[in-house]
Amino acid sequence: MNPKVTRRRFIKGVVASGAAATTTGMWYAANGQDRPGGAVERLIRINVNGQMRSVDVAPQETLAYTLRYKLGLTGTKLGCNRGECGACTVLVDDVATYACSVLTHSMKNARIETVEGLESPNGDLHPVQQAFVEELSPQCGYCTPGQVMAAVALLRENPNPTREEARHAMSGNICRCGSYDSYLDGVMRAVQLG
Amino acid sequence: MAYMHIGKDFVPPDVPGKVTGRIKYAEDYTREGMVYSRLLTSPIPHARVLDIDASEALAMDGVFGILTADDVYPDGEPQSTGLKILTNEPTLVGEPILALAAIDEKTAETAISRINVTFERLPFVLDPLDSLAEGGANAYPGDQNTFVFRQGFATEKWTEDQVASFRAGNEPTAEPQQTWSLGDLEAGFAASDFVYETTFTTAGYPHHSMEPRSAMAYWEDGKLYLHGTSQSLTALADGMAPIIGVPKKDIVFINAATGGGFGQRARANSIPSMAIPAKLSQKINRPVMMRITREEEFTIGGARQGFQGWIKVGFKPDGVMSACDLYIISDNGGKGGGGDASSAADCIDVLYQPDALRFRGTSIGSNTAHRGAQRGPGQNQIAPIIAPILDKAADALGISRLEIRKINAPRNGDVAGPRQTPFTSAYVPESLDMATQQFDWEGRQARRRQRNGSKVIGLGLGQGYHNAGRSGMDGIVTMGTDGRLKIHNGAGNLGTYSYASTSRAAAEVLKMPWENCDILNVRTDNHLPITSPQDGSNSIFTNTRTMFGAATDMLNKMKEIAATDLGGDPADYDVSNERVHQIADESIGYTYAEVAQRAMELGGKFTGEADMPEELAEWTQISVSRLAGSAFMGVYHDPRHEGNPPGFTVTCCEIELDLETGKYEILDMVTIAESGTIVHPQGMENQLVGGAVWGIGLSGYERHLYDPQNGLPASTGYWQSKVPTYLDTPVKIGTGWVDLPDPENPVGARGIGEPSMGAVSAALTAAITDALDGHHFATAPITADMIINHLAGTEENAAPLAQNNFRG
Ligand code: FES
Ligand code: FES
Repeated sequence: MNPKVTRRRFIKGVVASGAAATTTGMWYAANGQDRPGGAVERLIRINVNGQMRSVDVAPQETLAYTLRYKLGLTGTKLGCNRGECGACTVLVDDVATYACSVLTHSMKNARIETVEGLESPNGDLHPVQQAFVEELSPQCGYCTPGQVMAAVALLRENPNPTREEARHAMSGNICRCGSYDSYLDGVMRAVQLG
Repeated sequence: MAYMHIGKDFVPPDVPGKVTGRIKYAEDYTREGMVYSRLLTSPIPHARVLDIDASEALAMDGVFGILTADDVYPDGEPQSTGLKILTNEPTLVGEPILALAAIDEKTAETAISRINVTFERLPFVLDPLDSLAEGGANAYPGDQNTFVFRQGFATEKWTEDQVASFRAGNEPTAEPQQTWSLGDLEAGFAASDFVYETTFTTAGYPHHSMEPRSAMAYWEDGKLYLHGTSQSLTALADGMAPIIGVPKKDIVFINAATGGGFGQRARANSIPSMAIPAKLSQKINRPVMMRITREEEFTIGGARQGFQGWIKVGFKPDGVMSACDLYIISDNGGKGGGGDASSAADCIDVLYQPDALRFRGTSIGSNTAHRGAQRGPGQNQIAPIIAPILDKAADALGISRLEIRKINAPRNGDVAGPRQTPFTSAYVPESLDMATQQFDWEGRQARRRQRNGSKVIGLGLGQGYHNAGRSGMDGIVTMGTDGRLKIHNGAGNLGTYSYASTSRAAAEVLKMPWENCDILNVRTDNHLPITSPQDGSNSIFTNTRTMFGAATDMLNKMKEIAATDLGGDPADYDVSNERVHQIADESIGYTYAEVAQRAMELGGKFTGEADMPEELAEWTQISVSRLAGSAFMGVYHDPRHEGNPPGFTVTCCEIELDLETGKYEILDMVTIAESGTIVHPQGMENQLVGGAVWGIGLSGYERHLYDPQNGLPASTGYWQSKVPTYLDTPVKIGTGWVDLPDPENPVGARGIGEPSMGAVSAALTAAITDALDGHHFATAPITADMIINHLAGTEENAAPLAQNNFRG
């Protein structure tokens, strides 16, 4: 590879196998897929956006992985894949939940809602979505589905929050564009839209 | 001026897709037969790859191939600054060495674990001053530590005493690499009644865009289809083609939305990793998806340059800044690059108009994240350093803190920078008045340093600046026989909505209802004109010029066709209600659908088949030639503008700092823009509040941390180089704008994205300093532990001026 490799330099070298060399994080393993002895997928049924979906799921597969890559629900985003940012927020039994940090196998009796399930059957946006459009809450939009789901969870629990309460309820969702003010404007408008 | 669209809110067409999750980012696409790539990256901060043994991996079922630096650089790796696609000479931990494609990511990662790479370890360095000292390790190949423009890599050394003296707080005595000056510095200091001198640091930190820079590529009929991420659509594709090695006419770049850029997705060479799936796909003849992890995004996503500096500022008795002397060592990170330091000096010259200014700068590498433009590169690092110095001068000279800023403020007709460029327009005193009135700055002065238990109030006033406009780009609009206006906009969709707001300049010219306009963007085979890379806050200025120009070309052609067909002179015609008609008798005219039909019949220049502007960029020429004959067309090449179109901001804030915890709450904040005519108020507000959050991060939270023993990054995630959250930012940020037109832009507009951050950082740091009775940390960020240590009188652990460490 390197024409100038001498025996001396070779000895000075470090032999690194790829496992040690890849310090920047395993994409697949980060999704909880890997497991000694191999991962056998099992067919399970989960309730997503009101529909029972059958899907083959590996033992340590995250809900975000199942939603995005098996069910094609790419509205749920992965920003960090390790519970830091909230981009993957979905509702599990009405509670805002990081989909990157729960296992799909634990969802068998749960009611999962993603951003794709919010619009009414006639295509009307959910009040939170409508309010976010009217207030131009998103900037790049990558955190937006997570922000929408966090806001929906808040308003189900507290339909009339103060801005301060909304700020706390939404604080698990980072927005690198810094659109917090516009998202809070959106939440307060959603309260009015009902 | 009464506009139909400019200055009015609207719903950019991609917003519904963002709230429903329907809009697609690069990683949301799939393609039949798609396989997956993973990266093997360097575990060592500085090394040379001696051997790669991938035989076992390549023999595995489901593995399709690998790509190495030898594949992408058959003639040897470029000896220049900037991240490479892949490398055998890693100079930072996490730098990609090779990529492997397999049937799925599990197989790819298992295969990578079976590749043996033999590295020769090389000495590494994390702090530029350690490298600068005689005998210190050097970050770059060939045992070098700097890059000299037009000369290449080189070595720069100071004596150990020189470094130690600088760390001890003294003016550096070594020759700088770069210098420029204005006025008589000595006379300036001699005339000063108040002189302040200090060393300072500002931290490097990652961009941390929310969307990791995943990309997917495939080849079809000799054409490359690349799904990627970018701040600029055509400018990025234009630069990406040569990096991949594909003719411009054969690349289709698809990028409906981008999850944040902040400077590191503006140009192709800041995101060369997108070439990996493109080249792997070419090699193995399959679509390749390369998903990027958060840690990988940290490494290949770039970082702001950190500063280790010395500044001396003098003020005359009347408050005029008479001299400023600035010396900055800028951290060039693992790959070189970045010109932030000179921009910092330029920013001081712009905002405070000193009688004399000298800049001296030297750039030194460290084996840390690669550096490049990040939101207001240079201007924003210096903002939190200089603001408390103005306050000190004001207090010492008995002038109010507002007044000292007004005395020194740039105005219409002023010049600034190494070339003494005039502003296209400047209304900073007006912005200072507006911000302080909206905030009730004077009324709040009574609260300054008021105590309530362990809490104390601090007030801060800050200013931001970035030059905000380029020119020389192209514009295309078309109209079919349905009479709808198609606006071909090459601007990227990075969250500013400038692709849409600049398009409204075209609608404005033709008085076209917005619902009858279609913006063509998203993918480059929508026949898009070249744009400038969308960095430097330039999109609004640059692309309103091109859109306005292209629509004006169409308008003139409409009048020409109508006059020829219906009589009279083109000057006798105007447009309204989607018709071109005689001014004297509006019944004589054509509907837009009819005039488009006539244009199609006439062909030639009306449909892009003849008489196109000669200066069109190659990219635009390709688009025009593909459109030629298919639609009525307006085409424009924008000549250069004169002067420096600035973006200015002013921020006021009040904080309550807890002397027991070192934490503070921002009680109130008002931030005002001065950026010409406002094109899109909601978009402007987003830029102001977004920039504010970035300013809060710069002042209080964000920084690199590296393990000094092994050179491993310890701040790869959102909680380590902490991005401000809802709870670190004010409950509500007040915004406003001066809204006076700039004469160099047809709708009067200039950009604002970058200065929105600097003013907030300046104001917040000034408020922290104020709350601490004027204690000047001379650093960014100022973290809670620094405040606590200061209050307790405890020495900091870090070496003075340390970089990529807890201090800097
Ligand atoms: S992707 Fe789940 S918290 Fe970031
Ligand atoms: S809108 Fe870009 S990360 Fe929130």
